[in-house]
Amino acid sequence: MSADQMLAFETDCHIFDGCGFPSPGLHSFVFDPIFSVGGVDFNKPILLALLSTLLVVGFFWAAFNKPKVVPGKLQMVGEAGYDFVRRGIVYETLGQREGKKYVPFMVSLFFLVWIMNLWSIVPFAQFPVTSIIAFPVAMALIVYVTWMTLTFRKHGFGGGLKNITGYDKSLGPVLPMVVVIEFFSNVLVRPFTHAVRLFANMFAGHLLIVMFTIASWYLLNGIGIAYAGVSFVMVIVLTAFELFIQAVQAYVFVLLACNYVQGALAEHH
Amino acid sequence: MIALVQVAAEAQNPLLPPIPELVIGLVAFFIVFAFLAKKLLPNINKVLDERHEAIEGGIEKAEALQAEAQDVLEQYKAQLAEARHEAARLRQEAQEQGAALIAEMRVEGQRQREEIIAAGHAQIEADRKQAAQSLRQDVGTLATTLAGKLVGESLEDHARQSRVIDRFLDGLEDSATKAEAVR
Repeated sequence: MSADQMLAFETDCHIFDGCGFPSPGLHSFVFDPIFSVGGVDFNKPILLALLSTLLVVGFFWAAFNKPKVVPGKLQMVGEAGYDFVRRGIVYETLGQREGKKYVPFMVSLFFLVWIMNLWSIVPFAQFPVTSIIAFPVAMALIVYVTWMTLTFRKHGFGGGLKNITGYDKSLGPVLPMVVVIEFFSNVLVRPFTHAVRLFANMFAGHLLIVMFTIASWYLLNGIGIAYAGVSFVMVIVLTAFELFIQAVQAYVFVLLACNYVQGALAEHH
Repeated sequence: MIALVQVAAEAQNPLLPPIPELVIGLVAFFIVFAFLAKKLLPNINKVLDERHEAIEGGIEKAEALQAEAQDVLEQYKAQLAEARHEAARLRQEAQEQGAALIAEMRVEGQRQREEIIAAGHAQIEADRKQAAQSLRQDVGTLATTLAGKLVGESLEDHARQSRVIDRFLDGLEDSATKAEAVR
């Protein structure tokens, strides 16, 4: 483990000791590989991502592998989660008839993203996988490819372009401008914001928690102890807040995915 | 320290996705998707449908039973009403019959009474006539005997005798009718 990754409480660095604040930063999101297999370096985020996969599949396997008409406790929890995404997100935006096909897609997406976010506050893991940009990008890429494919399959090439660019003859002279802006917004900005929204929220949340955690330790000297207490309370508060943000971000991510799919399936007017 | 952070930041722009992580992310999603889409969600959907069916089936069954109960209730009600109707009809009939019977008996009794009365009257009349007849004869004989005794001779002459008696009796009857008329 390199020096820039050393955690604050692994040092004896305290305030009034002539020691600078070991502030968290981008280095908090860089991990050395733990082991390598065939040229791929497995570090903490990757392992947590794989563990998330295992957890989601494992949970739903335990809940839904041998489902019963009268559900057990685990099945009931699984059904509640499943129904939340199915009715609360997919059917709300796409409708039951159109949306049915996309339910497994959105359920997988929601739970994987959520669990990846959740690591942020799990003791010993304490790192949101989605604060590594590659994971949100991977998810956003899948959604992007899906809704682009749907657009062109549904409307054909010309119709698909019209759908994406918001082409409407009645706009008259502003039509070229609208087409350019819409194309830019839909084709280029959308996937970017889709991924970055999730990434930035998790990134910032993690940074805040790490900040106050380090500060709690750093301030633990002399009069600083009082401030350390405040800082520690902030850690608790932010942890609770993160729990909420993780779920909200997963929800928003899937809701946007549904919106994009709905836009692709909509008749252009 | 700061230099190290800068080095790390340069080495790793947080917005540039490293390829291995990207691939792992895609793989992670497809593994989850494969399990959920191919096996687990169809499983639970089947069960949810079954449960829906069971609940719907239960409701339908309950509805059928309720309808049947309603039918039976209506049948009973109809039967009851019919029975009541029948009973009322019978009672009415009995009443009517009874009234008719009573009226008939009353008429019959009236008739019998009148008959008896008439018979009584006739009897009385006959008796009276007979009595009057015998009385007339007896009174005649007695009066004649008495008169014979008083006169001292037998009023042999029958024609005269009967004329005298008749005159006497007519006189009696006259006084009797007068008395009756007065009364």
